[in-house]
Amino acid sequence: MASSESLLPVSSQQDPLSDSRCDSIPESRRRRPIKVHLAIYSGFLLIALYVTLIITHGGSAPKNDVNDDTTVESRARLAGVSEKSNDHIWNLSNDLKGEAFAWNNTVLSWQRTAFHFQPEKNWMNDPNGPLFYKGWYHFFYQYNPNAAVWGDIVWGHAVSKDLIHWLYLPFAMVPDQWYDANGVWTGSATFLDDGSIVMLYTGSTDKFVQVQNLAYPEDPKDPLLLKWTKFSGNPVLVPPPGIGAKDFRDPTTAWKTSDGKWRITIGSKINRTGISLIYDTTDFKTYEKHETLLHQVPNTGMWECVDFYPVSKTKDKGLDTSVNGLDVKHIIKASMDDTRIDHYAIGTYYDSNATWVPDNPSIDVGISTGLRYDYGKFYASKTFYDQHKGRRILWGWIGESDSEAADVQKGWSSVQGIPRTVALDTKTGKNLVQWPVKEIESLRLGRKKFHMKVEPGTVVPVDVGPAAQLDIEAEFKIKKDDLEVVFGDDSVEDDKEFSCETSGGATVRGALGPFGFSVLADQSLSEQTQVYFYVTKGKDSKLKTFFCTDTSRSTMANDVVKPVYGSFVPVLKGEKLTMRILVDHSIIEGFGQGGRTCITSRVYPTKAIYGATRLFLFNNAIDATITASFKVWQMNSAFIHPFSANDLGVPSST
Amino acid sequence: MGDIVDKTCKQTPDYSLCLSLLRSDPRSSSADTVGLGLILVDKIKALGTETLGQINMAYKTKPMLKKPLDECNLRYKTIVDVDVHTAIIAIRGNPKFAEGAIVDAGVEASVCEGGFPKGQSPITGLTQKMNKICDVTRAIVRMLL
Repeated sequence: MASSESLLPVSSQQDPLSDSRCDSIPESRRRRPIKVHLAIYSGFLLIALYVTLIITHGGSAPKNDVNDDTTVESRARLAGVSEKSNDHIWNLSNDLKGEAFAWNNTVLSWQRTAFHFQPEKNWMNDPNGPLFYKGWYHFFYQYNPNAAVWGDIVWGHAVSKDLIHWLYLPFAMVPDQWYDANGVWTGSATFLDDGSIVMLYTGSTDKFVQVQNLAYPEDPKDPLLLKWTKFSGNPVLVPPPGIGAKDFRDPTTAWKTSDGKWRITIGSKINRTGISLIYDTTDFKTYEKHETLLHQVPNTGMWECVDFYPVSKTKDKGLDTSVNGLDVKHIIKASMDDTRIDHYAIGTYYDSNATWVPDNPSIDVGISTGLRYDYGKFYASKTFYDQHKGRRILWGWIGESDSEAADVQKGWSSVQGIPRTVALDTKTGKNLVQWPVKEIESLRLGRKKFHMKVEPGTVVPVDVGPAAQLDIEAEFKIKKDDLEVVFGDDSVEDDKEFSCETSGGATVRGALGPFGFSVLADQSLSEQTQVYFYVTKGKDSKLKTFFCTDTSRSTMANDVVKPVYGSFVPVLKGEKLTMRILVDHSIIEGFGQGGRTCITSRVYPTKAIYGATRLFLFNNAIDATITASFKVWQMNSAFIHPFSANDLGVPSST
Repeated sequence: MGDIVDKTCKQTPDYSLCLSLLRSDPRSSSADTVGLGLILVDKIKALGTETLGQINMAYKTKPMLKKPLDECNLRYKTIVDVDVHTAIIAIRGNPKFAEGAIVDAGVEASVCEGGFPKGQSPITGLTQKMNKICDVTRAIVRMLL
């Protein structure tokens, strides 16, 4: 292509640090697509590249030649490959040049979220035993009362009327028995036929053996379920023969068999094969172990936090865990200890012999190319059936991506994702869809609507006022003529195999992408996180769409993990491209195509904070003009606070 | 025929370093994988403590480096007080948290080193050693997953 656009971002002669930037655009033009001089936008992209190069090259100036593009891409690919396979993988030898950002309290305290669940301080990990009882949603969680790192684990407890406005309660369980002395670990709740609750949880014994224990509310008349009694006969299950003492944890919610017994599954491993053990019980005190497994998948390692539940094939409502029948598929989900990734698969459950068979064995549970609830930072997740509103709700632990030094300095670590409804995608039948619970809309304040046409290679500021607490719902259309040109033009190559994680992030331009939002950006875009679509043209002239989040430029700080996350997202004929983004300080949750592909990321800007946070819309495609129709809401705080007498009798906000 | 130390070290990125670290501790001959991991975490603690001493001395000999030395002081204190402690308690119970702590120790060391102007770090050798030991320790902890 002859136009200079196609040479962006590297061969422009524009000084990357020139002063001509977006903030010189007059206010009166802010609601229309702003096409500023090309050089300014090449300046933007060069700034972004420059920053990337500083971070990866330790301050050496970029050379202005065409090879830079490939150099950046291949370095990003290396970083992408290493980070893809394991969270917190660092190339410890060379990558951390340049001054460390000296974290200070101003920058750190901005990181606390306004409407995601997190304790007032210290470390949190897995969600535990979520349930709805006597008008309250209950949430328990792995918690360290003593430090901002893992250890001394107790069950924290909080309640809410609406899954959004949480009230802290005293700890539900602490390690006060020999059988949980080294940790009151993850567990799940089951409702018995008479409506009473039993809780099964893993204890790490005084000898570090993993056992399963039974607990129940001390006073079932207490709607707050403040106190819990541990069964005097604990532990109810110990590692069976052939199973390692440390490979036996996280019992599931039980479901009824056709025999009228209760059945649970517990993840484990045999050598490198991840497995799920099956136990039947009538009283939760004594159990029969099946000789066969619910399922197993070689080379997946230890299965933590196994979850097993039915989904309707035809309706998008949730199902009680015991439901079975012709209209039902079953999901097995497991958290892979080796990779810290949550995987799930859809299949068929055979109650008579307690086995489960995947619909598609090539993407079985735990296979690296298989399905994930979330392609970002999201682990140890757990669902529960919300009998109050007839839906299945998913909780996920969102850890930090920063250094422990920063966690200790700021005094806390980890948040929970916003609870999501989860159901089978009745249109594709091949994946789940997740969506933030509707109650979150009660936090929306004001609304701004935008409709913008964005030419290739353009970044547009979106004026929404404060930009650290936002709910964005957007719809994108690629200009039809541009699509036809791209398809008709043989000289426009089919995109080589694209992957969000390894194809270099949002500055790498294709014919039809990337385009989306830059969130948590500062005015000069020296820090930004891009949430975007990337559409590729395949050999068979079929479009393939990817939904990604690029955190590689989210912060100047160099002691933070900054991957590019994402995955393919199914787009059916006639559908527009849609995305939803929840921005809440140091967490971003992105939902592509109605929640078919979800990405949660943690970011730690040093400049794009407080009054300096901005929102931009960008189109980095080479050939396609994009039309974006979107709404942006400010989000109120959820004011999560300790329960007090004033909170009794507070009406729910839905 | 190799003993457990030999077999274990063969699965780490630095076989000879692993051997020298483990064999220097008499407990290694009768240790299981957890025990070997704990020996290495001890080495991380010792090296971190030694480096803190060097940092302290450097305040006097290179006062113009106060800012990066302050950062290193913070980072190495994190290694010795936080990462080591977490690794020790997690390695027996839930090793993935030990892996996280050990990876973090390497990050803290690298971030500290990166804060010095080129060629002016008084602790480069120690930082490099920390990274190598963390790599080896991490490989051993991953065997427990």
